[in-house]
Amino acid sequence: MSTLLRAAPAPRTTALAPGRSRGRTLRSSAATALIWLAFAIALVPLVWIMWTVLSRGLPSMLHLTWWNKDQSGVGPAGFDHQVRGARHAIVGTLLMAALTSLIAVPIAILTAIYLVEYGRGRIARIVSFMVDILSGVPSIVAALFIYAVWVTTFKLTLVPACASLALVLLMIPVVTRSAEEMLRLVPNELREAAYALGVPKWKTILRVVLPSCMSGIVTGGLLGFARVAGETAPLLLVASYTQFLNQNMFSGSMAALPTLINTNVQFMSSDPISADRVWGAACTLIVLVLAINLAGRLLGHLTRVKS
Amino acid sequence: MSKRVDVSDLHVYYGDFKAVEDVTMTIAPRSVTAFIGPSGCGKSTFLRTLNRMHEVTPGGRVEGTVTLDSEDLYAPGVDPVAVRRTIGMVFQRPNPFPTMSIRNNVLAGLRLNGVKEKATLDETMERSLRAANLWEEVKDRLGKPGVSLSGGQQQRLCIARAIAVEPQVLLMDEPCSALDPISTLAIEDLIGRLKADYTVVVVTHNMQQAARVSDSTAFFNLAATGKPGRLVEMNDTATIFSTPSQRVTEDYISGRFG
Repeated sequence: MSTLLRAAPAPRTTALAPGRSRGRTLRSSAATALIWLAFAIALVPLVWIMWTVLSRGLPSMLHLTWWNKDQSGVGPAGFDHQVRGARHAIVGTLLMAALTSLIAVPIAILTAIYLVEYGRGRIARIVSFMVDILSGVPSIVAALFIYAVWVTTFKLTLVPACASLALVLLMIPVVTRSAEEMLRLVPNELREAAYALGVPKWKTILRVVLPSCMSGIVTGGLLGFARVAGETAPLLLVASYTQFLNQNMFSGSMAALPTLINTNVQFMSSDPISADRVWGAACTLIVLVLAINLAGRLLGHLTRVKS
Repeated sequence: MSKRVDVSDLHVYYGDFKAVEDVTMTIAPRSVTAFIGPSGCGKSTFLRTLNRMHEVTPGGRVEGTVTLDSEDLYAPGVDPVAVRRTIGMVFQRPNPFPTMSIRNNVLAGLRLNGVKEKATLDETMERSLRAANLWEEVKDRLGKPGVSLSGGQQQRLCIARAIAVEPQVLLMDEPCSALDPISTLAIEDLIGRLKADYTVVVVTHNMQQAARVSDSTAFFNLAATGKPGRLVEMNDTATIFSTPSQRVTEDYISGRFG
């Protein structure tokens, strides 16, 4: 007992404690500084991009003509505000991304439900593997596939909806994976509670499981939407570009913001109007995606499960 | 509203693994039966076979028979969903549906099975909440989310939800193990009142609880580590706790192992 009492104060010797704590404080400050530095470095490109795009693109965006005119009447010279519109590209991007979501989101959610709720054994593993493969497919390959099937095999004319089909291939894995994550987060106890009430499995999924993770699934869908709205390669290959407004998904060519940028970027250095269009389109794309994401988050917040 | 359960020569498997071996017992109607035993002895697994909930786990299957007033629950053509409508279940952790209000939680079983008449629903809700001893506490906030209640209230909400579908038998899998002593007392009181109308089966780790609430007690144990669980003996609760016929039961209830 007496040895214990005498031994106890030893670790608190005044000679040791300050030295050790100073070293530790130093290391702690160094680590904190390093972490903040890394954060600042990561922030640099983000702020830079945002600043460049917003400062150069916002002036074009703030003209009403940007939103309500297409570029019919644009000649090689003599531009004015009347022909700077991007309506054709904005409408095209929204239409194609909307049709893509309309096709891809149900398929993706059903696939996720299959994988989480029903999939067992070999077939589920194959489906899951295929989703992984699909998420690694380059967008140009997805576009080539649609081109090959549509034009080479079925001998049909390309229409803007084909671009949506190519985008569907890119959107499905994104939405499937996120919906799968969300479904797996729903505790099994809820499913068992429903089963124990004599509720059939399909109804349990529809009325208990899906509502519990709806906000997460919606967020995943919007991320997928943002992904395809900025996609370029399939549009170049399949939808081509036009300076006229086209609201028909099943005929002609359709412009989109990425292809508007692609068409004008080659004249940027010689033609300030083209440069304005490029920055304006880039800015619009960012703002659109941001607005849709915010709307989605708001929707998710409103439908979120309150506890 | 209360039926007898007869189990004979029941073996429970998960895939090739035999979890519970050779159980034969009779569970009397309008009584409380407690299952006790050390962790992992298969009492919860066995409980889940009584309403075919074990089939939710991949590979879960049984050999042997379970009858409810001479109706075979495992006969070909019997729908497990229908079995669960007749034999309700309350789980270890309270699990109200997070997206539903208190009212809709209680009525989940009816509404999800297509009952729409408002009068029936309102009547069932009040009756179930009263039966679960929760009505007075929640009658002014029936539209609030079920998860806004305290743990003990949530568990009584789950009991109300289970009895709203008017089952014949109510299975409870350690219903108090996640609750504080006050809530536990409330649930135990409730179990005592429920046996007037239902056949109640309670799995519990707490031997005092078994002694307090049950009329008969079944003791489960493992023959050895890695061996399937089995029913050691079953008798009146008073007999099990005073003069058990097996040495191992006496060792367990007197706290010498487990």
